[in-house]
Amino acid sequence: MSAASHATDHDHDHDHGPAQGLSRWLLTTNHKDIGTLYLLFSLTMFFIGGSMALVIRAELFQPGLQIVDPYFFNQMTTLHALVMIFGAVMPAFVGLANWLIPMMIGAPDMALPRMNNWSFWIMPFAFTLLLSTLFMPGGGPAGGWTLYPPLVLQTGQAFPFVILAIHMMGVSSIMGAINIIATILNLRAPGMTLMKMPLFVWTWLITAFLLIAVMPVLAGAVTMLLTDKFFGTSFFNAAGGGDPVMFQHIFWFFGHPEVYIMILPAFGIISQIIPTFARKPLFGYASMVYATASIAFLSFLVWAHHMFTVGMPLRGELFFMYATMLIAVPTGVKVFNWISTMWHGAMTFETPMLFSIAFVVLFTIGGFSGLMLAIAPADFQYHDTYFVVAHFHYVLVPGAVFSIIAAAYYWLPKWTGHMYDEKLGQLHFWLSVIGVNVLFFPQHFLGLAGMPRRIPDYALQFAEFNMVSTIGAFLFGFSQLLFAYNVIQTIRGGAKATDQVWEGAHGLEWTLSSPPPYHTFTTAPEVK
Amino acid sequence: MSISRIAQGSSALTSAALLLWSGGAHAEYALNMPRGVTTISHDVYDLHMQIFWICVIIGMVVFGVMFWSIYHHRKSRGAVPAQFHESTVIEVLWTLIPMLILIAMAVPATKTLIRMYDTRDADLTIKVTGYQWRWQYDYLDEGVKFFSTLATPQSQIRNATAKGEHYLLEVDNPLVVPVGKKIRILTTAADVIHSWWVPELGWKKDAVPGFINEAWTEIQKPGVYRGQCAELCGRDHGFMPIVVKAVPEAEFQQWLAQMKAQNATPTASDSNPRTMQSNTDSPTVVGGQTL
Repeated sequence: MSAASHATDHDHDHDHGPAQGLSRWLLTTNHKDIGTLYLLFSLTMFFIGGSMALVIRAELFQPGLQIVDPYFFNQMTTLHALVMIFGAVMPAFVGLANWLIPMMIGAPDMALPRMNNWSFWIMPFAFTLLLSTLFMPGGGPAGGWTLYPPLVLQTGQAFPFVILAIHMMGVSSIMGAINIIATILNLRAPGMTLMKMPLFVWTWLITAFLLIAVMPVLAGAVTMLLTDKFFGTSFFNAAGGGDPVMFQHIFWFFGHPEVYIMILPAFGIISQIIPTFARKPLFGYASMVYATASIAFLSFLVWAHHMFTVGMPLRGELFFMYATMLIAVPTGVKVFNWISTMWHGAMTFETPMLFSIAFVVLFTIGGFSGLMLAIAPADFQYHDTYFVVAHFHYVLVPGAVFSIIAAAYYWLPKWTGHMYDEKLGQLHFWLSVIGVNVLFFPQHFLGLAGMPRRIPDYALQFAEFNMVSTIGAFLFGFSQLLFAYNVIQTIRGGAKATDQVWEGAHGLEWTLSSPPPYHTFTTAPEVK
Repeated sequence: MSISRIAQGSSALTSAALLLWSGGAHAEYALNMPRGVTTISHDVYDLHMQIFWICVIIGMVVFGVMFWSIYHHRKSRGAVPAQFHESTVIEVLWTLIPMLILIAMAVPATKTLIRMYDTRDADLTIKVTGYQWRWQYDYLDEGVKFFSTLATPQSQIRNATAKGEHYLLEVDNPLVVPVGKKIRILTTAADVIHSWWVPELGWKKDAVPGFINEAWTEIQKPGVYRGQCAELCGRDHGFMPIVVKAVPEAEFQQWLAQMKAQNATPTASDSNPRTMQSNTDSPTVVGGQTL
């Protein structure tokens, strides 16, 4: 439909195309534009956080100190985590939610479009502030992303800036979450009952509730740090009657649900992609929804498994051990459901499917090491070693990040109207899957053999696997440039995509043209 | 980074590669958790292996089914998609079976944990205090107290000389303990949180400023056991190792007597902790200037 005929057909002032130039992006309230902004921001942060990871791995290539000072090394581990969690993974999921949720539930836009603009535009400022701390006297934060006192209180002038940056990220996340809940609960097309919603929408609905529940907890914890440092309070200072371990309890009450905030939308994505390429409906839709809800509920009851060695009473250890082990059940149900979806399907293996299969396998490996970590007596050995580093990178990189990449390949043709380069996509997949395993698998061995995490130099028995891991890191890191190239090329042009794009794709977003018009579903579709 | 720095780095790289092939001072790499030298560490190791094999078996079944399906149910082999999408029986089954496996794992884990928490009837109590960046050991009923600091020379860390066998895992004054005795270890810290960990003993315990944590060990075999601080504690977190020297009771008593005699006259190992924290004392800072 051309712009001219558009204007004559319906002369409503809300039905215009995008504004031109920079103001389109600064002032936009369009969910597609904001989704694009979020995704590009996330990709940028992915490369910034990735460069920090490469500094870390380069220093660890061999024993001895060669490239960076230990204090700068600590700044890198701290900022790598903050940038990847709050700058890369979370905004990527919010970007996908923006693009997809309205199209999947038949809504014209997000429920709160102006707040949507605001919640995105806070992010670049928050991260400019956070990254600028690297250039402040005393350097950036170096106490780890977990910000444990009293160590974090030794941060130089960067300290209040880091706290403010975290507050800004929190405000942005909460606004994003409110918007997503308001959209899903109010703007569904007639007939789109809750139990007919695509799983990506379901997982995001539950994730948004988690965000609203825990981001204020983080805000409270970091504010207490701030008052301890500048206003003479003693929340976490034993000398003043406080308790440094209390910070860890509050932090992980946020931190564990946060882990699921980064994986539940990934479950949703994988539950969209596998049925498409298996050409078979998702197995156990209802149990997927219930499993997601159970995982979210349990996530509030397991925080202290991050703190098995802080000296909790025996009963506390036992409670958190049992509760943590229980999470394996709903998580297992999800994996079984994905495999049953593949069972007796008619599968093809385009790039999104390859990334999804790798997700299922490698996320499950991360789940296994998670189960091992749940066993408190064994955790006394694993805790704060490279075994933990291997574990959470398995669930976050071939877990969350692979799902985001899979989603990008899967919906890119819908968003841009162009097919991506399939050969390049598959090359990117194979390099990534090899790289990620060479990078993280040896870290299991390092941890079990006794290498603590967050050290810039190590004993000689750890030399071989560190070298292998670093080679994997560079392979994985540089392979991601292929992804960026492929995405940019697809935006700029390429073979025309059909409306359905994939033979087995079902859902409202595939009924729209590729690319979809700037405003979609101004009249709600009927869902049967 | 300057060009000369890069050149320096790459020459170090080549020499490291050469060292790798020649073997040199390289210690054997390990793939698995050490079995350790205490009954507790053996229990922990057994738990670890048990759950590891359970995971391997589940993984083989799950991935086996998946890859079988990937091979056989592909469109290029002419597969026609079935349309089933639920089965109550199978969904109940794969909820219940994992529950049973978990209960089977929880039982031995609980038993071991209860044993680890039983710090009663210790023969000897040692207080371990974490400092940035060294450990202090205090034999509470004996009046023996000293600091234990990294002994690896600066030149090895800066790649100027060849690294020794126990690079970064060597200290000036090791913690000396008797074998076959139940030793209660109290951990605390003077500045930030540290964590006292010797893998061969089977556990780690955080050292929290203002609080005292309890743990215990009973070493079976005389020997030297090495570990490190496990909780990020600032710039030189990687440079505060732990060395435990387990000796027969008689030798321990002899060592204790010798330490008590030494304590009559103050030594360098027991100096003011304030000087200990000064910047020049940092193991990776030379003459107050960072590398």
